[in-house]
Amino acid sequence: MSALDSLYRSSRARVIIGFAVAAVLLFGVAPATMSTFRLGLLGKFLCLAMVAVGIGLAWGRGGMLTLGQGVFFGLGAYMMAMHLKLADAAQVEGSGGVPDFMLLYGSGVVPGWWEPFRSPVVTVLAILVVPAGVAALLGFAVFTRRVRGAYFAILSQALAAAFAILLIGQQATTGGTNGLNGFRSFFGYDLADPVNKRMLFFIAAGALLVMVAIARQLMVSRFGELLVATRDQEDRVRFLGYDPAKIKVVAYAVAALMASVGGALFVPIVGIVSPADVGVVPSIGFLIGVAIGGRATLLGPVLGSIAVSWAQTSLSEQFPSGWIYAQGALFILVVAFLPGGLAELFTRWRRSRRTPVPDDGTATGDGGDPGDGPGPDESADITGPAYSGRTS
Amino acid sequence: MTEQHTAPEPAAGLEEGVAGVGIDVSSADSLLGVDGSRFRHDYLEVRGLRVEFDGFVAVQGVDLTVTAGDLRFLIGPNGAGKTTIVDAITGLARATGSVKFGGVELLGRKTHRIARAGVGRTFQTASVFEELSVLQNLDIAAGARRGPAALLRRRGRVPESVEQALETIGLAHLRDTQAGILAHGQKQWLEIGMLLVQDARLLLLDEPVAGMSQAEREQTGDLLQRIGAQRTVVVVEHDMEFLRSFASSVTVLHMGRVLAEGTYAQVQADPRVQEVYLGSAGATRGARRGGRGTTGTDDSTAGDEKEA
Repeated sequence: MSALDSLYRSSRARVIIGFAVAAVLLFGVAPATMSTFRLGLLGKFLCLAMVAVGIGLAWGRGGMLTLGQGVFFGLGAYMMAMHLKLADAAQVEGSGGVPDFMLLYGSGVVPGWWEPFRSPVVTVLAILVVPAGVAALLGFAVFTRRVRGAYFAILSQALAAAFAILLIGQQATTGGTNGLNGFRSFFGYDLADPVNKRMLFFIAAGALLVMVAIARQLMVSRFGELLVATRDQEDRVRFLGYDPAKIKVVAYAVAALMASVGGALFVPIVGIVSPADVGVVPSIGFLIGVAIGGRATLLGPVLGSIAVSWAQTSLSEQFPSGWIYAQGALFILVVAFLPGGLAELFTRWRRSRRTPVPDDGTATGDGGDPGDGPGPDESADITGPAYSGRTS
Repeated sequence: MTEQHTAPEPAAGLEEGVAGVGIDVSSADSLLGVDGSRFRHDYLEVRGLRVEFDGFVAVQGVDLTVTAGDLRFLIGPNGAGKTTIVDAITGLARATGSVKFGGVELLGRKTHRIARAGVGRTFQTASVFEELSVLQNLDIAAGARRGPAALLRRRGRVPESVEQALETIGLAHLRDTQAGILAHGQKQWLEIGMLLVQDARLLLLDEPVAGMSQAEREQTGDLLQRIGAQRTVVVVEHDMEFLRSFASSVTVLHMGRVLAEGTYAQVQADPRVQEVYLGSAGATRGARRGGRGTTGTDDSTAGDEKEA
């Protein structure tokens, strides 16, 4: 029993166990027990959860209320969709490599800015670089002017609205309201084949685990501490000789990258991307799971996002119009009574279980071992409640 | 975000910490270093400083020279411009004139660049990072020069300067405590510790002993004297008793101008200072006019006023 206990107490062991459990669930249990349809749904939720991981970093830790992650999600999704359309068209004889919708609505000529996406390598690189680059440029422009709080939120949301409107207006080149759909293959693999669908799910699951690992590293690193410091006392950070804009830009760009990858994997799994997936409403939708799960924690945003997506799907199946009310009620409840999200409940429960030995004693004991991280961090590893208690 | 952080209750056990352990000036030697020669050429030189907010002139024609080894106190009635001067030096308030430290012009630089030039400050209300531990606060203060690789790693060993600062400010036993639940005085000490690990060569302290007990004040004063013996320190303070005990020189400000400057005794004996501190509202207005006319005669620093 004591061996188990010490295992639980060692932070590194807990992290490894956590990732192992998640891997077993995603790579073993889920494909064994779910139908291809359900597995596809879960894959979609995992893509949305990737966006949530980034929001947890930018909003929960960095204090940037990103109401426009749909832009970066959409950039990734559309770039992937463009490549899939071009790759499909290349297989169709007589199309001249022009995607079907362009023949229907457009001039039948592929616009120049589509051409680079014929190359799978360029597409993958663009998905990784372009949204993060856009976020970095935007972040620099905004954060060096000390735009923050509600103003930043409004700005980012306006961007999402503008992006959706732009897409709708370009029927001939972006598919307009219909978006891009009807993909037949993914880098040469037939998308109708259940084996390939399962493989896509595994790719999404792996990508999500990697992102959680990246987010964890960023949170426990010195950068993570600095990010929390910047969130709470931006001016104080400045007086210590740091440029807060740079710190925030890094978190914002990483969040954009995660949203982009989520969008890129969303496209082959779901089979369609349209302006309805990237505008204001979905951008806020990304946020709800994060808020409910606990935005300042590591796993809160992921689990919250997956749970909300799951609830949305199953509730919508039962009561087609009921979900929107349930979602609103849930959001109000969390904001009003659980500002730290459901992770706060978990933290409270764990605190109440712990014997009320003064923290000082253990802390001083820790001090003799400088190689070890500080006390609050230790408990932060999995749930990250260290900074979440009073983040609201 | 815009949300307010609710002030948490001080944790049990902190109070006894206050009584048992305090500032340890003797251990400051290891942190500050005995050799002060690198500060020899440091001095703060403010010339013709003018700060204006929407047409209201908060500070005008202020000249100030503070050398290393001088523990300078800035005093003056409310609205005299004490904090505004500190804001101007640190880049928080836009100002004209000249502020040089160690020969480097600070005006027009960005705040974080001024901080990197060796200028550190504290605020009236302690502004530590409340959700981070004492150790994390100090570690961040010590790390402005860290590269990306060091930032993206987890903290391995605690930097030596941070360990020494923990001893010096008497918070070693609370190193893993959230800074937000420290007692008020401890937060101020943490702020001073952050300035020390930041290796600020010019320390601007805004009311560092406000709300402290008498014992805490004395400890803080001793530490400030120890730092002031080596570096350039400017303290904004209201508490005359504290001032009398620890100031090596005093600058009195009034209505955004330097009214008098000298040792505590000299300043105390100055009739204009007495008028400002004791006079009625009418006398105060008179003192302002008088101050404009007479500063040139018997006050060396204020005599340099370039004001028209």
